[in-house]
Amino acid sequence: MNCLSWKLCVTIMRLVILDNYDLASEWAAKYICNRIIQFKPGQDRYFTLGLPTGSTPLGCYKKLIEYHKNGDLSFKYVKTFNMDEYVGLPRNHPESYHSYMWNNFFKHIDIDPNNAHILDGNAADLQAECDAFEKKIKEAGGIDLFVGGIGPDGHIAFNEPGSSLVSRTRLKTLAMDTILANAKYFDGDLSKVPTMALTVGVGTVMDAREVMILITGAHKAFALYKAIEEGVNHMWTVSAFQQHPRTIFVCDEDATLELRVKTVKYFKGEH
Amino acid sequence: MRGGQGAVRAPVLQFTNCRILRGRALLWEDLWVRGGRILDPEKLFFEERRVADEQRDCGGCILAPGFIDVQINGGFGVDFSQATEGVGSGVALVARRILSHGVTSFCPTLVTSPPEVYHKVLPQIPVKSGGPHGAGVLGVHLEGPFISREKRGAHPEAHLRSFEANAFHDVLDTYGSLDNVRIVTLAPELGRSHEVIQALTARGICVSLGHSVADLQAAEEAVQSGATFITHLFNAMLPFHHRDPGIVGLLTSDRLPRGRHIFYGMIADGMHTNPAALRIAHRAHPQGTQTLSGSIAPMDVCVRHFLQATAGCSVESALEAASLHPAQLLGLEKRKGTLDFGADAGQGPTQGGPGQPEDAGVLGVPGQTSWCSMTPSMSGPPTSQASWCGRRRRPGSDRGPWLERTPSPSWTLSGLGRRGAGLRGASGSPAPGGQP
Repeated sequence: MNCLSWKLCVTIMRLVILDNYDLASEWAAKYICNRIIQFKPGQDRYFTLGLPTGSTPLGCYKKLIEYHKNGDLSFKYVKTFNMDEYVGLPRNHPESYHSYMWNNFFKHIDIDPNNAHILDGNAADLQAECDAFEKKIKEAGGIDLFVGGIGPDGHIAFNEPGSSLVSRTRLKTLAMDTILANAKYFDGDLSKVPTMALTVGVGTVMDAREVMILITGAHKAFALYKAIEEGVNHMWTVSAFQQHPRTIFVCDEDATLELRVKTVKYFKGEH
Repeated sequence: MRGGQGAVRAPVLQFTNCRILRGRALLWEDLWVRGGRILDPEKLFFEERRVADEQRDCGGCILAPGFIDVQINGGFGVDFSQATEGVGSGVALVARRILSHGVTSFCPTLVTSPPEVYHKVLPQIPVKSGGPHGAGVLGVHLEGPFISREKRGAHPEAHLRSFEANAFHDVLDTYGSLDNVRIVTLAPELGRSHEVIQALTARGICVSLGHSVADLQAAEEAVQSGATFITHLFNAMLPFHHRDPGIVGLLTSDRLPRGRHIFYGMIADGMHTNPAALRIAHRAHPQGTQTLSGSIAPMDVCVRHFLQATAGCSVESALEAASLHPAQLLGLEKRKGTLDFGADAGQGPTQGGPGQPEDAGVLGVPGQTSWCSMTPSMSGPPTSQASWCGRRRRPGSDRGPWLERTPSPSWTLSGLGRRGAGLRGASGSPAPGGQP
């Protein structure tokens, strides 16, 4: 198993490469778990966590649930903010992100429902909903750790290629790549896939004190290459995190397939 | 409590560490209950922003919908067909005692009786909701007197009747009021049965075919007129014949109205029906299967026997046969026989009564849910409704270990001798398998 030391260097971008998906999920979950425990959350001191959806973080969520059920981790004093939600999909639709978070995470842990924040894609005034979300994050004292994923087109949340790198929470139209990638969750029927979503902005995530991006699988390899070996570019919005003071990219071997051997060796510590 | 502010303020109960029967499958899911209804916890979390007020660990048990017994003649020393002043309290006693066997709703059944009995007894058995006091009464099942002489079984010959003269008026004269009636079993070969069946179904009463010598055509015509149920399949009817399958042929008939679903009850106590016959029926028509106890075997025993005898039928199927299918027969599947959100639930579990076989472990949640602590040989991983090919028969599977156990002494069905012996008589020979 390949892992780096736990000692944290300030102001670096770290690339952590694990052998496979399960190990990457476990590493990420342990990191989140340790972060929360070290923070010592309490009545007047909540740990704020940004959370993703999709297939990549499922393993990580399972591990976090395991740590909770073992009694090692409590979410009683944790506030969560999800990255995004589809517009126009009923909240209890099996593919809504509310359903995803309930089934894959919230129902298994002890989080207070008042502290689990997800954008409401059926709000009467969508922009007001986005503004209110930004306000809630601010009132919670900002995000301590924002966990995210990457799309095949290099997007973070639903900040599609061309999104402003200083954007805030807002309504976005989904790119064709994203709609195609999501079709598998809607019986392969493109007409059933929502075309709009509310999403945190690149700037919103950049404001977090720490960011962890999970990237697994060969189909994400090109996006990872563009995100860390090329320049900061609004066509590959994850690249913005090259300029974040504390970002970790957690990958499996397959996700590094498009990187230079030199890059991989550097981050694995094999000079 | 139903709806409104009261229901919203009621405490939320969360059953954890359990498997629940939902959507035809057994899932490791928690069951949430509030105010007598099954609750959607996701809605509670996101809309009301609430968590459970109380959690109860089920120790890995299966939570199944409460069983629905659509044919039960009495029990615990009570015979519903006896015309006494105390029928109401007799029904209440049985309702209370069957909870511990997992039955949360039932249809008290009256066998062939003279009109005076119906006129006296029927008004004393109103429809009643279940609760901690006992299982709910869904309505009375009238088995007879419009049945075949040859297949009357244990029913008294003197009180058999026909409706050839005045069709539905004869029915009303015999029974008096139909207000509390839910199911009527009759023999469709009797003259003018079609008018009667149509009139009964128009009043929302389920018509069942049984105690009959009808051939397949007569049975099909009865279904076309509105019949939807077969009372104790195989017993008290003509045996299956390859050139005329009789009522049994309804299971695979292609002459039934489109969209009409036929249900059938079977006495799955290991004695009234050979397990091979159970398997044939189940394989021919799995969606129509209902288990019921028309003998001294309690419902939960019948469910276990059915599961065991069909040797390949899943736990989910066996449980559905005793809960979902009877609910569908009676058009109640939105509220009863399921653990879907919004369905009726109870207030809390009750312990099994004294004399329960140790590993029956059925704790009833009065209302609609019950816990089944299944014996180890059946508590394997949930299975979907798959084919039976390749499944190895468990040793001695046609007589499961629980049948060798003496039935609980608290279960006595008055008139047992009359009913049990009669059914054996009808089949022409003692029931296979020896003594109960």
